[in-house]
Amino acid sequence: MKTTFKKTALASLIGAGLTLAGAATASDDPVKLGLMLPYTGTYTALGEAITNGLELAMSQHGNQLGGRDVEYVKLDSEANPSKAPQNMSRLVRGDNVDFVIGPVHSGVAMGMLRVAQQTGAVTIIPNAGLGAATNELCMPNVFRTSHSMWQDSYPMGKVAYDRGHRRVVTITWDYAGGKEDLAGFEQAFTEAGGEIIEQILVPFPGTEFQSYLAQIASLRPDAVYTFFAGGGGVSFVRDYAASGLKDSIPLLGSGFLTEGNLAAIGEAGEGVMTTLHYAETLDTPQNRAFVEAYRDAYGELPDAYAVQGYDTGMLLLQAMEAVGGDTGDKDRLIAALSNVQLDSPRGPLRFSGSHHPIQNIYLREIRNGRHEVQGIAFENLEVPDDACRM
Amino acid sequence: MDLAFFGVQLLNGLQYGLLLFLIASGLTLIFGIMGIINLAHGAMYMIGAYLVYDLTFRLGNFWLAILVAIPVAVALGLLIERLFLDTLYKRDHLYQVLLTFGLILVLNEMQRIIWGGDVHSVPVPELFSGRIRLTDNLQYSHYRLFVMGVCLALAGVIYWVIRHTRLGIIIRAGAVNRDMVEGLGINVRTLFTLIFSVGVALTAFAGMIAAPLTSIAPGMGDSILITCFVVVVIGGIGSIKGAFWGAILIGMAETFGAVLIPSLASMVIYLIMAAVLLVKPRGLFA
Repeated sequence: MKTTFKKTALASLIGAGLTLAGAATASDDPVKLGLMLPYTGTYTALGEAITNGLELAMSQHGNQLGGRDVEYVKLDSEANPSKAPQNMSRLVRGDNVDFVIGPVHSGVAMGMLRVAQQTGAVTIIPNAGLGAATNELCMPNVFRTSHSMWQDSYPMGKVAYDRGHRRVVTITWDYAGGKEDLAGFEQAFTEAGGEIIEQILVPFPGTEFQSYLAQIASLRPDAVYTFFAGGGGVSFVRDYAASGLKDSIPLLGSGFLTEGNLAAIGEAGEGVMTTLHYAETLDTPQNRAFVEAYRDAYGELPDAYAVQGYDTGMLLLQAMEAVGGDTGDKDRLIAALSNVQLDSPRGPLRFSGSHHPIQNIYLREIRNGRHEVQGIAFENLEVPDDACRM
Repeated sequence: MDLAFFGVQLLNGLQYGLLLFLIASGLTLIFGIMGIINLAHGAMYMIGAYLVYDLTFRLGNFWLAILVAIPVAVALGLLIERLFLDTLYKRDHLYQVLLTFGLILVLNEMQRIIWGGDVHSVPVPELFSGRIRLTDNLQYSHYRLFVMGVCLALAGVIYWVIRHTRLGIIIRAGAVNRDMVEGLGINVRTLFTLIFSVGVALTAFAGMIAAPLTSIAPGMGDSILITCFVVVVIGGIGSIKGAFWGAILIGMAETFGAVLIPSLASMVIYLIMAAVLLVKPRGLFA
C-alpha cells in the first residue's frame, strides 16, 4: 500500500517536473472539470449563467489550465437533493474528474459534500449559500466562489437602521436558505437597535402572496425585508407593487430577490433596495471589461451567477498556473487554491481560512431596470466560521 | 383581526379559489368521466401561461394573444387524446398514469427548449391596470377583479351546460355509469375527445388569464397540480359543483390558514381533505 502511494507520488512529481520543463507528456492529459449544475427545472437559468461565466474565463485563457487542455463533463443535477450523492459519485469515481464544480441548490450541496468528504474530491461551490458548507461542514478540499445567505443579508440590517427604519417585517419561504438569509438581516438590524415585529414564513415554494400582503398592510411596519428567488422573487416584487404597499412601505431584500430577473419584474422593481456581492453596473475597469466580454459572447448582461462561474474559472486558472498543471499532489493544489487572490469583476476577492470569499457587499437600488450601486454596504465582509477546524 | 382585514382576506380567498376552480374543473371532468388521472394537467396550465407570454410579445396585445392561444390549447388536447390516450383506454389505469406522467416530462422539456429557463412575466393589460383602494395602505388591482368575473362567468356556463343541455345529461350519466351510456348508443369515443380537449383548454385558459398575476417559470404547473387534486377529491370526483365548492373552500383555507395558523399553513389543505374524507369518503358532492 505504502509503496503504491510512494510510486504515485513519485510519478506525479516527475509529471510536475516535466510540465514545468515544458515537456509534452504530462500536458497530453486534459484537465477534467465535472460540472454538476441544474440544466433543467426552476434553476436552469442559474446553471446556464454559471456555465457561461466559467467557459468565458476558460476561453479568455486559451482553454488551458496550467498548460493542459480543459475537458468538461456536464451533469444535470436537476437541483434534486436526493440524486446528489449518486451524481457526485458518478463524476468522481466514474468520470474521474479533477475538479467538481457545483451545485446551485443548497440541498444538493449537502449530498455532494458527503461524497466530497469520503473521496477528497476537490470541489468548488459556485452558488449554494448554506452557511454550514464553509462552517460546520468545512473541509480542506471544498471552496466556495459565491456567497453565504448570511453574508449577503447581514449588511442590509445596518443599512435599514441607518435609513431610519425601526420596526420591520421580514418574510421568506419556510426553508433553510430563506431562514439563514433572514437571520443575517435580523442579527444586524436588532444589534443596531431595530425591532422585528413579525417574521412571516411562506410554505416553500408557494408564490400566492396576497394574504401575506394584507397581513403586512395591517401590521404597518417601517419597511419590509424579504428573501425570495426565481419565480417567487418576481411574483413577490410585482404583487407588492400592485398592492400599493410599495408607496408607503419601502421594500428591502437580498440581492437574489431580483438578480437575473429585472426584465420579468419590470416597472414594479423601481426603488427596491437590495444587498449583494455584485451589481452589473459596478463602475470598475474589471467589471466593464467583463460585462463587455460577456455580452459579446452571449448577447446578454451578466448577473451575479455569471460572475460566480467566471471567478470559479479564474480561481482554477491561477491555482493551476501556480502548481504547473499538476493535479496529483492534492495538498499542494489545495494550498495553491486557498492562496488565490482575485481582481474580480465584483471587486477584490480572497479566501478565508474556511475557503469562503472575503468580499465587498454592495447596496443596490433598481433604477430604470438596472441595479444601480449606491455604495459599499460592507467592505471585505468575512462570514462566521468558528465551527470550522481544518 | 379587524373587519377590514377579514374582508380583504375574504376577497383574496375568493379570487384564489375561483382560479383553482377553473383548473380543477378540467381535471375533475377528465377524471370523473374518462377515468383518467391526468398528471399532466399542471403542465398544461404552464403551457397556457407560456403561450400567452410568447404571443403577447409577438402580437403586441394580450387579448389577441389569448384568442390565438385558446385554439392552440384545444389542438394540443385533441392531439394528445387521439394520438396517445386513445390507444390506452382498454388498458389498466396504471398505463394512463404512466403516460400522463411521461407527458409532464415531455411538456416541461418542450418548454425549456422553446422558452428557456428564465423567469418571465406578462404586463397587466392596459384596460385593467387601475387599482381600487381597499384600506388606507392596501390596493387591489382591477385585473384581479376581472379574473374573478371571468371565472364566475365560466363556472356559470359550465353549470348550465351540465344541468340544462343534452350534452350535460350525457356527461352526468357518463360520470355515474360509463358502460350504460355506451349501451344506450352514445358514441363515447367522441365524448372522450371532447371532454379531454375542453379539460385541457380550461386549465390552459386558467394559465393564460393568471399569467399577468404570476411569474411564468419552469415547473410552475407542478405545485398547482397537487392543490387541484385535493380540490377534486374534496369535491367528489367528476362533480363540477364539487370542484367549485372544493376550490372555494381550499382558496379560503389557504388564505386564512396562512395568516391565522402559520405553523400549519402548508398542511391546512391536507388536514381539510382528511377531515372531509373521514365524514364523506367519496367527497362532498359525489
